[in-house]
Amino acid sequence: MTHSRINRVVTVVNPLGIHLRPAALIANTANRFAAQIEVVKGGDRFDARSVLSLLTLAASQGTQLAFQAHGPDAEPALDALAELFAQGFHELEAASERAAPAAGLDP
Amino acid sequence: MRFSDFVCVSAIRAELKATDKPSAVQELVASLVAAEAVPAAQQDGIVKAILKREELGSTGIGRGVAVPHAKHPSVDRLIGTIGVSSAGIDFNSLDGENVHLFFLLVSPPDRPRDHLLALESISRQLRDDAFCRVLKNAKSVADIQTLLNEADHSQAGS
Repeated sequence: MTHSRINRVVTVVNPLGIHLRPAALIANTANRFAAQIEVVKGGDRFDARSVLSLLTLAASQGTQLAFQAHGPDAEPALDALAELFAQGFHELEAASERAAPAAGLDP
Repeated sequence: MRFSDFVCVSAIRAELKATDKPSAVQELVASLVAAEAVPAAQQDGIVKAILKREELGSTGIGRGVAVPHAKHPSVDRLIGTIGVSSAGIDFNSLDGENVHLFFLLVSPPDRPRDHLLALESISRQLRDDAFCRVLKNAKSVADIQTLLNEADHSQAGS
């Protein structure tokens, strides 16, 4: 049984880029699937299941990344990852929730 | 970004005394204060900010390494220090392993790109098993400094 390779280009939309928490979210999501998932950038391949590997991308806001998945559940895996990116790793809503108490910081 | 761009050498600790997460963060921030890299009056505020960040999810990224960090208005550029614990400290890491190696970072609130570049430098070196092993076994600040210089050099050459 063979599976084709599926590609998907996503954009980093959250202002902070792929720092530690997003990297952990991506790795955790990738680990839920059997498919082998990589990010291809400048000819290099980065394992999407590895936080360390993802952090070496230093992907800031606006960066486009090409994901490549290979395996039986490659399609739903890339759907889940694309969703994470589209939602800005849930940081956009978290930022607005934190805005109020942050303004009240002691001098 | 090179280690020499953000690691405050005089704040490096080769033998951490701390045995738990709060005391490890406290000890590393105190090392930055002692090195005059951050103002003493801000010590408690920085410790609090870092521990608050830990509540969102541990910065223990696995392989015995943690990157505790926070944004804080008391710094005008990214500043960091390194601590080694030979005994290891429970840091609620993603992989459940104790942490032997700490990279503590304090960044200005408006410089997310610098934070990413520091994480890149750290994670790229940590993928190198030899670098990890040697750093965890480092017995002196001089050992650590030599290793960081070597890493900076190989990065410049690549």
